[in-house]
Amino acid sequence: MAPRKTASTSSRKIAAKPAKKDFNGGTIADFSKEDDLKAYREMLFIRRFEEKAGQLYGMGFIGGFCHLYIGQEAVVVGMQLALKEGDQVITGYRDHGHMLACGMSARGVMAELTGRRSGLSKGKGGSMHMFSKEKHFYGGHGIVGGQVSLGTGLAFSNRYRGNDNVSLTYFGDGAANQGQVYESFNMAALWKLPVIYIIENNRYAMGTSVSRASAQTNFSERGTSFGIPGYQVDGMDVRAVKAAADEAVEHCRSGKGPIILEMLTYRYRGHSMSDPAKYRSKDEVQKMRSEHDPIEQVRARLLEKGWASEDDLKQIDKDIRDIVADSADFAQADPEPDASELYTDILL
Amino acid sequence: MPIEILMPALSPTMEEGTLSKWVKNEGDTVKSGDVIAEIETDKATMEVEAVDEGVIGKILVAAGTEGVKVNTAIAVLLQDGESADAVAAPKAAAAEKPAEAPAPAAAAPAAAAAPVPAQPKGEVAADPDIPAGTEMVMTTVREALRDAMAEEMRRDADVFVMGEEVAEYQGAYKITQGLLQEFGDRRVVDTPITEHGFAGLGVGAAMTGLKPIVEFMTFNFAMQAIDHIINSAAKTLYMSGGQMGAPIVFRGPNGAAARVAAQHSQCYAAWYSHVPGLKVVMPYTAADAKGLLKAAIRDPNPVIFLENEILYGQSFEVPKMDDFVLPIGKARIHKKGNDVTVVSFGIGMTYALKALAELEKDGIDVELIDLRTIRPMDLPTIIESVKKTGRLVVVEEGFPQSSVGTEIATRVMQQAFDYLDAPILTVAGKDVPMPYAANLEKLALPNVGEVVQAVKTVCYK
Repeated sequence: MAPRKTASTSSRKIAAKPAKKDFNGGTIADFSKEDDLKAYREMLFIRRFEEKAGQLYGMGFIGGFCHLYIGQEAVVVGMQLALKEGDQVITGYRDHGHMLACGMSARGVMAELTGRRSGLSKGKGGSMHMFSKEKHFYGGHGIVGGQVSLGTGLAFSNRYRGNDNVSLTYFGDGAANQGQVYESFNMAALWKLPVIYIIENNRYAMGTSVSRASAQTNFSERGTSFGIPGYQVDGMDVRAVKAAADEAVEHCRSGKGPIILEMLTYRYRGHSMSDPAKYRSKDEVQKMRSEHDPIEQVRARLLEKGWASEDDLKQIDKDIRDIVADSADFAQADPEPDASELYTDILL
Repeated sequence: MPIEILMPALSPTMEEGTLSKWVKNEGDTVKSGDVIAEIETDKATMEVEAVDEGVIGKILVAAGTEGVKVNTAIAVLLQDGESADAVAAPKAAAAEKPAEAPAPAAAAPAAAAAPVPAQPKGEVAADPDIPAGTEMVMTTVREALRDAMAEEMRRDADVFVMGEEVAEYQGAYKITQGLLQEFGDRRVVDTPITEHGFAGLGVGAAMTGLKPIVEFMTFNFAMQAIDHIINSAAKTLYMSGGQMGAPIVFRGPNGAAARVAAQHSQCYAAWYSHVPGLKVVMPYTAADAKGLLKAAIRDPNPVIFLENEILYGQSFEVPKMDDFVLPIGKARIHKKGNDVTVVSFGIGMTYALKALAELEKDGIDVELIDLRTIRPMDLPTIIESVKKTGRLVVVEEGFPQSSVGTEIATRVMQQAFDYLDAPILTVAGKDVPMPYAANLEKLALPNVGEVVQAVKTVCYK
C-alpha cells in the first residue's frame, strides 16, 4: 500500500449564488385558512404529545434518554408541507416531532417510548430509534451526525433510481461540527444529490452554546466551500419555513444538487429530560416563548383573521388532547415485548 | 564498471512481472528519467525510468519475457569508454544489493501485485457444494472476486459498487477491473477519500433497498467508517423491529500485506466478528472468494468481506458453473485427517497448509478446516472434528488477545471438553504493532514452524 494520493488540485467552480431570498424576516409563504389550520393542528399535536411524553418520563413509564421537540415544531411541520409522496425524512435523536409529522401513529410512537410490543420498533428501539418504510422515515439516529451521511445515501438512491424524490436530512447545530457532515456535503455537491440539509439551530448543543462551539456560527454558509447554497430561515414562523422549503425542494427536484436550510429555532426544554438547562437564563426561554412561539403565532393569526374562533381552537385542542391521551393510555397498557423478541430481527 | 539495470519491484507484494517492451534498444544513450522499458504486473503496465546515464550495452531479458523475478538484471548500462564486449554473460541471480534498481516512473499505483504461485496444496477434500464432474478453471482470487461482482451486477440492477479508485483506475488492487466499462459510472462509482462519509452514504442507500458493494482500499481505512458499519448497518434491523435493514457488502483487503508497517497491517476478523447484526466472511481460495462474495451480495444483511492482498494473485481451481454460490456460515474440511484438528481461515490457511505438509512427513495426520465464515461461526463442523481427533490448533494472522482463535478455544472447551486430549493451542500474530523492518515483520507474523510446533505439542510429540 503506497500512501494515498493527495486530492486533486483542480478547482471546481463554485456554483453561482442564486438571487438571495430572505426567509428570516422576509419571504413567507402565503397561507390560506386551511394551511394555517393544518399547521396549527400539526404543531399543537407535536407539542401536546411531547408534553405527555415528558409527563410519562417523570412517572417512570419512559426510560433512558428522551429529547423533546417543544419549541421547534414549526420546522418539521413547515418542511413537511412542501413534500410529495416518496420524499424521505431522516433525523437524529430529537425525532418524535418528525415521526408524527410524517404521519406515523401516536400510539406507535408512544408505545415505543414506553418500550412496549406495539411500539413502532416492537420496543427495541426506544425514543431515538424508530423507522417507517411506509412513511419514508429513516430514523431516528443516536450518533450525532450519523444521519447526515445516511440521508445523503437516501438522496443517492433517488438519483440512482432516476426518480425526483428529495431527502430531507435534519441535524442540529451541534452535529454541524462533525467531520462526516462535510464528507457528505462534498459528495452531495459533487454528484448533485437531491438532499436538503436542514440544520435545526436551537442555539445549544446539549449545554454548549453555538458561539462557544462554532467558529462559523452562520450555519447556512457551512456549504460555501462546496458551492452548496444556504439560507437562514425563521424557524419559529411556519410560513417562513414553508417558503424556504418550497425553494429548497424545487432546487433539488430540478437537479441542482444539495441545499442547506439553517432553521433558527429554540428548544424550550432541556437537551434531554435529565438536563436542568442551567446554561441559559429563564428570561431567555421566557422571551422566546412569549414573543416567538410558533404555535401562538398561528393561533393569533387565526383569531385575528377570523379564520377560527376561540371555541374552534378549543375544540382542536380537545381533539388533540384526546388522541394524545389515547396514545398514552395505550402505551401504558400495552404489554412489554415477549422475551423471545430478544433474539429476533438481528439478521434476516 | 557497467551498471546492471535490475527488474524493479513496483509494489510491496510484487515478486515478479512481465518485461513487456523495451523502449530503448542496445546502443541507445539514456539519461536519468528516460523511459527505458515497460513492465506488466497482473494489475498494471508500468514504465521504468533510467536512474543513471549511459549507453544501453546489452539487453539481458528479452521483451515479452514473463515471470521475471524482482532484482534480476535486465540490461547493462555502459559508462564512458566502456564496451559491450566487456559485459559478461547474463546473470540469472539477482544482485545482492538492489541499489541500482531503476525508479518506477510516476507514482506507483496503490499497489501493483504480481501473481504469486499458489501455495502447495494438501489433499483437498471434495467440496460438497460443487457437483462431481464440474469442470474446474484455474483462476486468481482477484479474477474470482471481479467475476462474482460482475455476475451479480448483471443479475440485479440494484447492485452497484462504490469506493476509492474502483472505476476509472480499475481498482487500487484491480479487483474491479473492467466493471466501469461494462456497467458505466452510474453503477461503478469512484468516491472521494472519505471513508466515514461514503460508508454512511452506502448504508443510507441500502436502507432504501439498493445493494451497495462498498470497497475499502484496505480495511485499515475502514476504521474511519466503523461507526456506520456497526451503529448504522449492523443495528438498524434490530432497532427498527425488523422493518428496515441494510443489504450491503463492505469488502476489501484485510490484514498484513508486505512491509507496509503498523497502520496498514491489521486483521479485523475478530473485531467485526464481535458484532451482532453483521456477517463476517474471510475466504482463502478463489472458489470460496467467488461463491461467498456472490452469496454476500445476495444476502439481505450487512456482510463484512475480508480479502487479502497477498492472496489476490494466487490461482486456484474455480468451478465453471453458471451460478456458483456458496453458503455463508459453513466451514469446509480442506483435508480430512485423524490425529489433530487445525482450524484456520483466509491467509492463515497458507501457514496451515505448509505445516500440514511437514507434519505429514512426521506421520501426523492433520484434519484441516477452512472456517471461511467467521460470523456466524460453523462451530458444529469444528466440534465434530475435535470429537474425532481430540486435539485442536487454531491458526490466524491477527493479534492474539480476544482473537478468533481464543473464541473458538473457549467455545470448544465449553461444548466439547470431554473430547479434548490436550489444551487447545492458538497460533496468531504477535502482540505488537506491525513493524516495518523485514526481519521484525517476519517475527511479528505467525510462521510455519510455530504451527508445526503447536500441532506437535497438542499431539505430545
